[in-house]
Amino acid sequence: MQTNRLPTGGRIDRQQPLKFTFNGKSYDAYHGDTLASALLANGINLVGRSFKYHRPRGIISSGAEEPNAIIQIGRGATSEPNQKATQIELYDGLQAEVDKGWPSLSFDIAIINDWFSRLFSAGFYYKTFMYPANFWNIYESFIRKASGIGKAPTEKDPDTYSHHNIHCDVLVVGAGPSGLMAAKTAAESGARVIIADEQNEFGGSLLFSKELIDGKSCQKWAAEQTAALNGCREVTCLPRSTVFGYYDYNFLTILERCTNHLGERVSGRDRQRLWRVRAKKVILAQGAFERPLVFCNNDRPGIMLASAVSNYINRYSVLPGKRAVIFTNNDSAYQTALDLSAAGVEALTIIDCRAENLSSDLVKKVNAAGIDIRYKSLITNVKGSSYVKAVEVAMFDETENIVINSEKSLIFCDLIAVSGGWSSSIHLHSQAGGSSIWDEKRCCFIPGDSKQENISIGACNGAWNLNDCFSEAIKAGQSSADYCGFLPITINNPETESLNTNPIHPLWRVPYRKAPEHLPKQFVDYQNDTSVADIHLAVREGFNNIEHVKRYTALGFGTDQGKLGNINGMAILAEKLDKPISEVGTTTFRPAYTPVSFGACAGEDIGSLYDPVRKTALHDCHIERGSPFELVGQWLRPWYFPNSNETLDQAVHRECLASRSSVGLMDASTLGKIDVRGPDALRFLEKIYTHNIASMDINKCAYGIMLGEDGMIKDDGVITRLGPQHFYLTTTTGGAASVFSWLEQWLQTEWTDLKVYLTSMTDQLSSIAVVGPNSRKVIEKLDCDIDLASKSFPFMTMKSGLLMGIPIQIFRVSFSGELAYEINVDSNQASQIWEFLMEVGEEFNIVPYGTESMHVLRAEKGFIIVGQDTDGSVTPLDLGMGWLLSNKKDFLGKRSLSRSDCQRKDRKQLVGLLTLDTKTIIPEGAQLASLETVNGSYVSYGHVTSSYFSPILGHPIALGLFQNGHSSHGREVVAITSDDKKIAAKITSPVFYDQKGERQNA
Amino acid sequence: MFFLECPWCGERDESEFSYGGEANIVRPATPDTLTDKEWANYLFMRKNPRGDHVEQWNHSQGCRRWFIAERNTVTYKISKTYRIGSNQDKKD
Repeated sequence: MQTNRLPTGGRIDRQQPLKFTFNGKSYDAYHGDTLASALLANGINLVGRSFKYHRPRGIISSGAEEPNAIIQIGRGATSEPNQKATQIELYDGLQAEVDKGWPSLSFDIAIINDWFSRLFSAGFYYKTFMYPANFWNIYESFIRKASGIGKAPTEKDPDTYSHHNIHCDVLVVGAGPSGLMAAKTAAESGARVIIADEQNEFGGSLLFSKELIDGKSCQKWAAEQTAALNGCREVTCLPRSTVFGYYDYNFLTILERCTNHLGERVSGRDRQRLWRVRAKKVILAQGAFERPLVFCNNDRPGIMLASAVSNYINRYSVLPGKRAVIFTNNDSAYQTALDLSAAGVEALTIIDCRAENLSSDLVKKVNAAGIDIRYKSLITNVKGSSYVKAVEVAMFDETENIVINSEKSLIFCDLIAVSGGWSSSIHLHSQAGGSSIWDEKRCCFIPGDSKQENISIGACNGAWNLNDCFSEAIKAGQSSADYCGFLPITINNPETESLNTNPIHPLWRVPYRKAPEHLPKQFVDYQNDTSVADIHLAVREGFNNIEHVKRYTALGFGTDQGKLGNINGMAILAEKLDKPISEVGTTTFRPAYTPVSFGACAGEDIGSLYDPVRKTALHDCHIERGSPFELVGQWLRPWYFPNSNETLDQAVHRECLASRSSVGLMDASTLGKIDVRGPDALRFLEKIYTHNIASMDINKCAYGIMLGEDGMIKDDGVITRLGPQHFYLTTTTGGAASVFSWLEQWLQTEWTDLKVYLTSMTDQLSSIAVVGPNSRKVIEKLDCDIDLASKSFPFMTMKSGLLMGIPIQIFRVSFSGELAYEINVDSNQASQIWEFLMEVGEEFNIVPYGTESMHVLRAEKGFIIVGQDTDGSVTPLDLGMGWLLSNKKDFLGKRSLSRSDCQRKDRKQLVGLLTLDTKTIIPEGAQLASLETVNGSYVSYGHVTSSYFSPILGHPIALGLFQNGHSSHGREVVAITSDDKKIAAKITSPVFYDQKGERQNA
Repeated sequence: MFFLECPWCGERDESEFSYGGEANIVRPATPDTLTDKEWANYLFMRKNPRGDHVEQWNHSQGCRRWFIAERNTVTYKISKTYRIGSNQDKKD
């Protein structure tokens, strides 16, 4: 039974009945309802339990400022937590749950927190859960459970989301009277306009207003304007779209809820779309928020904002109570009195803290309607614990600002409509960097100077009546069109009723004679249970800055971000500090204006589209041989090549031994490859590399390192001289892009006079390493016009030629210490070469090997990997590579090597490590400590950077960095793992195998 | 999010660019003649002004050219951008 539904009126469609469930029980409603209006229509107003005290809470607003009705919508993968009932459009079958209250919402055992609330004052969490520090994880899980925060689904979200980038002349935020009029003016002047509004239909406050515009109802006028805008080719109308962020250079983000209103899951359409807008001009017309009033037990279900009451009556045809009391300090609630009266409320009283003043047209109307008005009165307390039953009313001494201690009267009621005045929504203006000004007359902050190209109009600029809204809107539309280069059109203000109003009386809290902590709680922030007493306590404890008080009391911390309570809180703080409100100021407004789903933030950038995957030209060859892949940067590299059921260790063991005893094949295509040429190529590379380049013969290869200007190892690779001014460099796989950019930066910003051209060849060329004592024999089996004999093709040289008719370059370089050849070939023909080699290699039992064996083979030789054995704090001297540093020239980083820090005797240096038990593989990252402890504790002098089992040696090996390591060979140390295991080890040379380096020269 | 004008490509979103720190840091011609302090000054010390700042940007997701931008660090207003070595560069 929709007990509170009015028989006629409203913007609901009675021909389209809907069913929905709330906490498992089924209810009826109509198309056009929000979840909040549907609940109220069904007489349900207990919709939540408060965060800290578990007090019963009801719907208080009808919009984005709702702090209480925080609902879980749907079940399973598409469930959405922490949604505001006031903003959920109802669809048939909607499932709503409140995950609060135990054992049930109506009987919550934790209400006990309310009885002992003195224990739960501001800063309670800080003061109580401090000790012991490592217990916080346990405390936190209890606090979270007790707080009743919604549950995120654990399943993958089946919906899709998208991002949309767009430019426009004018972005209008908010489609109330001001927004519609500004959009119309700008659009008719020829500007490209986007107008966005968070609600399902345009109109804003017009959707429930009784005023007339040009003699028509507000709703009719709004519908006509909307239709006209929709008909403009250059106008984009975005309903259900919240402009939630305003960033630099007029960049704004909009969350459009495309299908949320259609059901929990709509296939084939994006659920939400994130618009990224770059606007030349922004017109802010987001309206204003009504403030509640602060008095004892002002959080009881049945207490609502006056404008929300009007909204529910006029727009949703719901009368939320039978016997109403209105409590106000301004005129706007008088309209609610008229709405309540017209809706046939049984009893109605207005409690106005101001003295009688009949100069207001609204007050006159209410008087004429015979409604009971009590001037100079205040509500001092509310009776009824789970629902409003009655209010206590006392007289108010306006001049002394204190409750008069006389007899209190009691009025029985089930609805209290409150209005504490209006606060302009300065959120986006402030996010954009604009200042705010405290307006004494209007009792709210209004936008001050703008820092970007925006203009605030209408209620969000403190204009409360339609006539002012329209004139500001027309002016803003014209000036924006003009700014964007269009000739502004002339529009006249529509005709409106202009009503006189009485001034607001600032009443930030009911001024009791007793201190707030000795009275029932007077709530300021409903979502976080922040009361007047908490703010006063914060001041007593020394907090006097609004940002600090906010963090200490949690004022404005909830999902409503203080839209309802913050201004009251700031004013109450100002009063307690005895400072003007303008001096206390506001907290910082930051995006997002209302919460944004993770799905919308991620957009399409999820799953396989999260990051590009790079595959080598040999990828399919590796798949055919059953290799698992390892992600190296964005590259998929073959990890190892298991035979049937081999484990990683077994495969690596076999691959390493085969490469050392016969021949192995590795895909080295991911190495960065850079072609360098131009008249100054040699001069340029002399500055980049530490060794002497000029003395390199044509077709000669050399190992080279690059240093940053700080002297630290940046990257390494092989440099090959192809001609007098033509070179080919390889970089590490991970450094390919950054080294290329870095070289470009030097050429473009520092050595602009050098004529050098860099070309990345990484993708164009593939590299296949043929490794092992039989590698020469394997290549010789193929039709090759290159003489591979060691005499004519020695180590560290390059030759070009044809292999099976395919043009190739062979580099005789080795990253394993074995006789080895790296074959470079056009990527389109790489797989042919790979298969040829595999085929003729069969008689030598050739094995393909992956990154894991590559690591073992290079570590056995003490070859470092930049980024694994170095970390940006390692110099070539630390690695024992002093032989690579030319003393005949300057190069990048050279000067830094003689800085005192680089000359320190106790620098960490590259060492080898052998475990004493010859069995244990030390985990990489283990700390290296000396045997002696200091005060019972080990002291770390280094760490392990690489660690493997060496199949050829038959025992584990490791590389590490150790203080003064070069002169510590033979020293015993303790390797300490992250789980505090201690492994005895000995420091050695980092070269474990073939220390003389003879094998690669075979 | 900034809106920068690449001197080669025109106006683009900040997400296409990467920042390269203070501009016009000249690498010393003869580093080996510098004291540790002088070298450290070149290596580490950068202006961090509250106000106008001349800085390097790279159109890294576009033409990959480096250029100069003059930006106010308080207002984030970019007053001009120009090619390295252009007339505007030399004027300042």
